[in-house]
Amino acid sequence: MKLDSKIPAGPVADKWSNHKAKMRLVNPANRRKYHVIVVGSGLAGSAAAASFAEMGYEVSCFCYQDSPRRAHSIAAQGGINAAKNYQNDGDSIRRLFLDTIKGGDYRAREANVYRLAQVSTSIIDQCVAQGVPFAREYGGLLANRSFGGAQVSRTFYARGQTGQQLLLGAYSALSRQIGAGTVKMYTRHEMLDLVLVGGQAKGIVTRDLVTGEIQAWASDVVVLCTGGYGNVFYLSTNAQGCNVTATYRAHRRGAGFANPCYTQIHPTCIPVHGEDQSKLTLMSESLRNDGRVWVPKDKADCTKPASEIPEDRRDYFLERKYPSYGNLAPRDIASRAAKEVCDEGRGVGQVVDGKRLGVYLDFSAAIKRLGEPAIRERYGNLFDMYENITGENAYHQPMRIFPAVHYTMGGLWVDYNLQSNIPGLFVGGEANFSDHGANRLGASALMQGLADGYFVLPYTVTDYLAGVGLTGRPSVEAPEFKAAVKEVQDRTQWFLNNKGNRSARSYHKALGKIVWEKCGMARDKAGLEGAIRDLQALRADFWKNILVVGSGDQLAPELERAGRVADFLDFGIMMCLDALHRDESCGGHFRTEYQDGGEAQRNDDKYAHVAVWAWQGDGQLPVRHTEPLVYEDVQFTTRSYK
Amino acid sequence: MSACSCCRPASIGKKIVMALSGLVLAGFVLGHMSGNLLMFKGPEAINAYAAWLHANPGMLWGARVVLILSTVAHIWTGVLLTLENRAARAGGPAVEATRRATLSSRTMPYSGVVILAFLVFHLLHYTFRTVALGGQEFGDKVYEMVVAGFSQPAVAGFYIISMILLCLHLSHGISSVFQTLGLRNERWRGRLDAVATAYGWLIALGFISIPLAVLLGCIK
Amino acid sequence: MVKEHDNLDSHGEQTLSLRLRVWRQSRGAAGHFEDHALAAVPTSASFLEMMDMLNEQLIKEGKDTFAFDHDCREGICGMCSMTINGMPHGPLPGVTTCQLHMRNFRDGEMITVEPWRAKAFPVIKDLAVNRSAFDKVIQAGGFITVRTGSATEANNTLIPKSVADEAMDAAECIGCGACVASCKNGSAMLFVGAKINHLNILPQGQPERERRTLAMVKTMDDAGFGNCTNYGECQAHCPKSITLDVIAKLNRDYLRARVKEFFSSTGKPRKGGD
Ligand SMILES: Cc1cc2nc3c(=O)[nH]c(=O)nc-3n(C[C@H](O)[C@H](O)[C@H](O)COP(=O)(O)OP(=O)(O)OC[C@H]3O[C@@H](n4cnc5c(N)ncnc54)[C@H](O)[C@@H]3O)c2cc1C
Ligand code: HEM
Ligand code: SF4
Ligand code: FES
Repeated sequence: MKLDSKIPAGPVADKWSNHKAKMRLVNPANRRKYHVIVVGSGLAGSAAAASFAEMGYEVSCFCYQDSPRRAHSIAAQGGINAAKNYQNDGDSIRRLFLDTIKGGDYRAREANVYRLAQVSTSIIDQCVAQGVPFAREYGGLLANRSFGGAQVSRTFYARGQTGQQLLLGAYSALSRQIGAGTVKMYTRHEMLDLVLVGGQAKGIVTRDLVTGEIQAWASDVVVLCTGGYGNVFYLSTNAQGCNVTATYRAHRRGAGFANPCYTQIHPTCIPVHGEDQSKLTLMSESLRNDGRVWVPKDKADCTKPASEIPEDRRDYFLERKYPSYGNLAPRDIASRAAKEVCDEGRGVGQVVDGKRLGVYLDFSAAIKRLGEPAIRERYGNLFDMYENITGENAYHQPMRIFPAVHYTMGGLWVDYNLQSNIPGLFVGGEANFSDHGANRLGASALMQGLADGYFVLPYTVTDYLAGVGLTGRPSVEAPEFKAAVKEVQDRTQWFLNNKGNRSARSYHKALGKIVWEKCGMARDKAGLEGAIRDLQALRADFWKNILVVGSGDQLAPELERAGRVADFLDFGIMMCLDALHRDESCGGHFRTEYQDGGEAQRNDDKYAHVAVWAWQGDGQLPVRHTEPLVYEDVQFTTRSYK
Repeated sequence: MSACSCCRPASIGKKIVMALSGLVLAGFVLGHMSGNLLMFKGPEAINAYAAWLHANPGMLWGARVVLILSTVAHIWTGVLLTLENRAARAGGPAVEATRRATLSSRTMPYSGVVILAFLVFHLLHYTFRTVALGGQEFGDKVYEMVVAGFSQPAVAGFYIISMILLCLHLSHGISSVFQTLGLRNERWRGRLDAVATAYGWLIALGFISIPLAVLLGCIK
Repeated sequence: MVKEHDNLDSHGEQTLSLRLRVWRQSRGAAGHFEDHALAAVPTSASFLEMMDMLNEQLIKEGKDTFAFDHDCREGICGMCSMTINGMPHGPLPGVTTCQLHMRNFRDGEMITVEPWRAKAFPVIKDLAVNRSAFDKVIQAGGFITVRTGSATEANNTLIPKSVADEAMDAAECIGCGACVASCKNGSAMLFVGAKINHLNILPQGQPERERRTLAMVKTMDDAGFGNCTNYGECQAHCPKSITLDVIAKLNRDYLRARVKEFFSSTGKPRKGGD
């Protein structure tokens, strides 16, 4: 596998402008002759599709939901970072760049991160112009807050619905183009394969989820913005439909998959309540500003109501372990600490699967100090949401929280241009691996999705199209398309015909349990090896006993689920393999063998590289390649939050 | 329901016509009711009022034209709205639940139709004087005509029921006018609803007082 | 609301036995209700998790599952859409179907589950409907025209906090369609009003204000939605508590746009005669 990162020469601050100046252009009169396929309508996809259409290309955009506005970007709550320095607190492009590199535990590509910080400011301009109602100060200027332990206030937000508002902005731009006829939007279409002609990405195969029609689409370039794979864990804060299928299908066609083991666990989610749970709900991290995290010191107290546990029998473990950051310790650290105390048997709440998985987030001190109205003012909607889901009133008893899978830093490998190792296949947003290294900072995913969609892909895709020229687009009658369609049809038929006895959901649950236990917050060699064996067995069982009800010519949720779970199973194996072969701890990847008193121990000599996996065939283990990470501008330091 | 969308009046356009015509009619009923209350002052007052109206044909016909146009517009848009809305609902859910819509709002077309029926009867009764007066001629003697008319319990009963429905119609309609013209918000909604209900009752009780007085023998 | 009873599951949690009447419909065919019994539903489960349980039970019996729309399951994507006992999004005001939890139901209760019912939202299968009419309305004018890269510095336009807040109140709409489903006229005025308000009160939205209003209303009408008669059911069922204010202001903006259009002048004599 050839992994050329194509990082432009020159000082890191000039790379992007130098590169832009050198990129080729397509004559405006010719643009409409190019067909661009964008899969995904989240922040990255909508922004890219709208921008391509504005430039004059013929665009087709696909999503599996019934409207582009429902992509999972809609769920982001906290905010979006940008180096505007409106608060005059010393922020700058360089500082955002350094924070992101450090936050990513030195496993991100320097040049990409710098560009991200550079274009961050234009994102805010663009969104405000679209009418995104960001929070404002009384004077009419944009408001900011500090987020996720950052030392500067660079986060822009729209109440607790920043992702929604940003996506509605991008969706409105996309809608304008759909209305103008320059984008053809295909909702309720799931991409089930990528088509290569002559080694270049030239189209996709989709299934119309309403009619069941399996169809090929030819294009000059394919842009995947299909989001993250957090649902491999079954329970996560992701939407039900989030999947790895689009990127995994591309992977099977030769695209390298980078760093699949980098997953982010968010500490403040509502704990699992039972076996039938389908989803975990994120509660804004801001709660940790006023809530104190604790569990009973003594296991025996875990069954008692919190109010009956006296102060001296409580263990405020974050404050104890990380005196300087306390309850505001970074996501990965806070999450792991919670897992540890629960593993010791000191968790609270319902017993699920033999364990109590929850820790208290207690507001009583803050309520005493500030009064209930002040807390209601700050977090009222979160307390309401908590009560709605759990039936408990957090003003009167502590909340229970537990970490949950939230974001995936890994993704399809891309070069500086966001092009994968397959020419003509570009990848944006959470679907690529590019900017967050081993851990993502809060409020940076929205920034990256929009940066890719509005300000990077339009340039780099244009450069690519100018290079391939106008003779490049094959017809869907080409044998490659016919073969791909047939493969998808066969697979679909196989699912519908298989006389199994077990539902896709039950496989998904089993898969989730294995990877959560063995490849979740903490990983070790033996566990990962066991997980790979278990997953292979589960996979074999799946392909024998899966039962898919429904018919192929209608909405068939079971068929959709089966296809996604099948890809998740293969992907889960690759994820564990990646975790197994990264003999170090970094960011979201914590190998218990590599720690220094509970702190992640990186191995920069051996692992300062991107691990990129190449597909080898059905049921075969993928092969690991690497792209070395060369730091020209920053120096390695150890992350410490003690 | 309509054949072609390009010549279908816009939804909000229809609503505005509905509201403005409704407002004219609502103003008219207030005026009409006030005039009618002269019944209590005795035959001279009301007969003089009627005579004055007839002595000013320009004003009378001006008002009548406005009223006729408003009525036609109101009924026409009302019919269109009702039919389109039925179609748009596609039958609705098998289980209907109502959280907030008031009885008056849900019965607008029905109260409207009864008012229309009443209107027709009322015009035939007192304006064209072709029904329910036992073939008697009253000439300028409006007072006597009204007493004679309401002395029949069936006529008075229909009148009273119609006025209660008018009250119902107005208690949603008046507040609705403000909403339709964009002059209502959360803060004022409750107050306007109260005003509308009060207006409805004012009109209805005002009108009803006359047949009631006739039936009870207070007006002879 | 859960009444005391002895049904406890293995975690010591209360469970419910339910009778479900669920709408079954194939694309292009007529639909009907199907009755099912479902036991051991934990009160902590969400309504959709209860539906998942029903579907898993159907799979065990080798029967087709009920298709329904859902995605985020946290009340923000607007995909979930069930009429539960006649109420879009169910009995709890201010929440979506996915956020409704079973503790709001009683043991032994009969629950009727139907799709959104409206001419403009045809059923695709079972409980899933086609809401693309909403997208069409947005495509007609629910945007501010600004090409990527053409924006000026964000803080150049000052927007009073109260205006930004008001825009945000309207912008919270999740496009679920409960307003249409709850409206006895099948009207989409709350949805359209919310979008128009969001954009029409911001300074950025002024240049296209009239155009947007007229185009969106026309598209709304053409899609087969009904006319608002001020019932207020939409507000009472809207999971984001969007208020009728947005409809009042839409009406006002529409009137304003029409009047402006009527009296518009190019400053030049009209073509084709004077
Ligand atoms: C609960 C939650 C809160 C978050 N809060 C924040 C925050 O405060 N700040 C922040 O910066 N980040 C946050 N994030 C992360 C951030 O929201 C996401 O990383 C980001 O929005 C991803 O955008 P995207 O465009 O890459 O993908 P998505 O928005 O997930 O879009 C994926 C698109 O791809 C389509 N798609 C997927 N698979 C297929 C297929 N097979 N065929 C066809 N189409 C397909 C989908 O239909 C969808 O349109 C949060 C995430 C979650 C889950
Ligand atoms: C004296 C007679 C009448 C008066 C004073 C009156 C008044 C009103 C008013 C003020 C409205 C509210 C308009 C709005 O929605 O903003 C209204 C609505 C309505 N009226 Fe009448 N009306 C009268 C007669 C009728 C008649 C004769 C009919 C039908 C045959 C009718 C049918 C309706 C209907 C269907 C509505 C629509 C409800 C709505 O849109 O809210 N009305 N009326
Ligand atoms: S206005 Fe309310 S009910 Fe209507 S689509 Fe928006 S959120 Fe849903
Ligand atoms: S599933 Fe997203 S709002 Fe209910």
